[in-house]
Amino acid sequence: MTAPHLATSWIIAPAILPAITAAIMILVRQRNIEIQRAFSVASTLALLGIALFLYQAVSDGETDAYRLGAWPAPYGIVLVIDRLSTTMLVLTAGLALAVLLYAIAGWDRRGRHFHALFHFQLLGLNGAFLTGDLFNLFVFFEVMLIASYGLMLHGGGAKRLRAGFQYVAINLIASSLFLIAVGLIYGVTGTLNFADLAVKARAVAESDQALLQTGALLLLLVFAIKAAFVPLHWWLPATYAAASAPIAALFAIMTKVGAYAIIRVFGTVFGDGSGTDTLGAVVAPWIVPAALVTLAVGTAGLLGARRLLDLAAFNTVASMGTLLIAIGQFHVDGLTAAMYYLVHSTIAGAALFLIVDLIATRRTLKLDALLPGNPISQAAILGTLFFLVAIAVIGLPPLSGFVGKLMVLDATYSAPRVWLIWGTILVASLMMTIGFGRAGSTIFWKTDGQTTGPSWENTSKTPMLVVALLVGASLMLSVFAGPAVKALNATAAQALDTQNYVNAVLGPSENTEPERPITEPADEATSVPVPAETLGEQ
Amino acid sequence: MELIVSSAIGLMTAAAVYLILQQRTFPIVVGLTLLSYAINIFLFTSGRLVIDEPPIISGADSYTDPLPQALVLTAIVISFGMTALIVVLALRGFLETATDTADLPEDDLPEDDLPDETETAT
Repeated sequence: MTAPHLATSWIIAPAILPAITAAIMILVRQRNIEIQRAFSVASTLALLGIALFLYQAVSDGETDAYRLGAWPAPYGIVLVIDRLSTTMLVLTAGLALAVLLYAIAGWDRRGRHFHALFHFQLLGLNGAFLTGDLFNLFVFFEVMLIASYGLMLHGGGAKRLRAGFQYVAINLIASSLFLIAVGLIYGVTGTLNFADLAVKARAVAESDQALLQTGALLLLLVFAIKAAFVPLHWWLPATYAAASAPIAALFAIMTKVGAYAIIRVFGTVFGDGSGTDTLGAVVAPWIVPAALVTLAVGTAGLLGARRLLDLAAFNTVASMGTLLIAIGQFHVDGLTAAMYYLVHSTIAGAALFLIVDLIATRRTLKLDALLPGNPISQAAILGTLFFLVAIAVIGLPPLSGFVGKLMVLDATYSAPRVWLIWGTILVASLMMTIGFGRAGSTIFWKTDGQTTGPSWENTSKTPMLVVALLVGASLMLSVFAGPAVKALNATAAQALDTQNYVNAVLGPSENTEPERPITEPADEATSVPVPAETLGEQ
Repeated sequence: MELIVSSAIGLMTAAAVYLILQQRTFPIVVGLTLLSYAINIFLFTSGRLVIDEPPIISGADSYTDPLPQALVLTAIVISFGMTALIVVLALRGFLETATDTADLPEDDLPEDDLPDETETAT
């Protein structure tokens, strides 16, 4: 095998650390929440450290693979890091830390096992970003979802249960579709390893193309459900609006997993988008039109929202629309814009859910309904924060949303039907401005009667600080847009470089002529046995 | 054999889709279970249908592909856990709201004591 890189053994750490922490959390249980909180924060900090270390380790453009049990690549389980996955790891860990700090101000007491579920969720997220094969992507999706079911129901209540049932049901259907796609792709290519698949998918016989393309489109469907593509987005507003605020903020990264999977599978594995015969080209025509409708529906929902939480949830849908417009370009510029917008919209979307929660808990009578009500305490601070968060998510200068949208517009300049893309994005931004302006003025200015909410002395300052930090992160992303874009540009280029990925995982010598009997006709029982996977996945 | 297996998958999927489209939680849960059965058999066939062969390379000329079997095993475990969870969810929902419909409850805004002002002001 190749000489081990310094970081190689650390690649699995972002998956192991949350797993161990979650197990410890269950042992500590609710008996001592302070110990849980301390452990939880320490572990998330360590996770952020590891993620930054891994980011640094591959920032020279190297792609690194960790082979579990040292089984050679296409047979065993591989975890792969490159700039794309480490960027997602850092983003996840950073967001998790912010959400955790927000939650330990009180939210985590409202149900059992918050911290354990939280770390299982991180395990699933990190695993999905690290994994180098399609079936483990499914497994980590499931880990992520199982934890998210628990987190979503955190706090209980009839509405949450009902929305939770729908959420679980739609994700079970999505998982079934995922397995059909996995079965189709395995049946045709005889492999599920990303790198191996990238090689095999290009050599599939003409007669099997239809099956392979069906599999690819089914995969897109699955990722579209995760990423809340129209018309598969209906679960999202109900779920996010019903979940407790810190959880909804953490879920801001969950839709991005769908986006990541689209980039990884259709960008890296199934084609660089340049050739017309690659599978990426089969899928690409669907993405931009669906993204445009997603943006339009998200914006319409945002305008029609009667509650602040619905507003925040539909904002997530709208931001996924913008993000997928950029991803749908499948070229380096488009993907650079997409990566920037992904980081931005995760931060801003999470901040929006948190600030909405801060406002809603102070409006004891009207909660998050967009109706005139009593003035709230700390209205000046919260109003300013709401204003700043709104600026970030709408995409007005000087925060990162502006740079992000500008980049998306720039990247689509030479796309077909550019007028439609530009028109949708710009009109949507205007509509969002109106929506947020109306919401903000209703809540902060159209007030009457006694002030509700805790006084400054009695209120916990951490939640506000967390929102302020997220806004600060958005500002930093805008101020340091130059270096950020440069790094993300390299990320995008690497993500579309299939050959680099294949070489890193399979080794440069093996990828052209695999030493496996797969080249024989795979009609009867000649597909390749893979004992290592059997052991690892149980 | 191919015809039996494939029509079994198709029938189960069709029944599952019909059941999932129902309004109440119990048929949906049964539908999801049926769907996962269909998927498991489908996954199994992705390694081709072979009878009486060992799932390992033992020196014999032919063998059956063990990977789909491992995949199916994993899928069974996961779908079992998921089914248990969704049954509990459906039950809790039924006990808390005294109805087993899968729709979301009507979203009532808090009592609005200033209805006229809302209309005119916006």
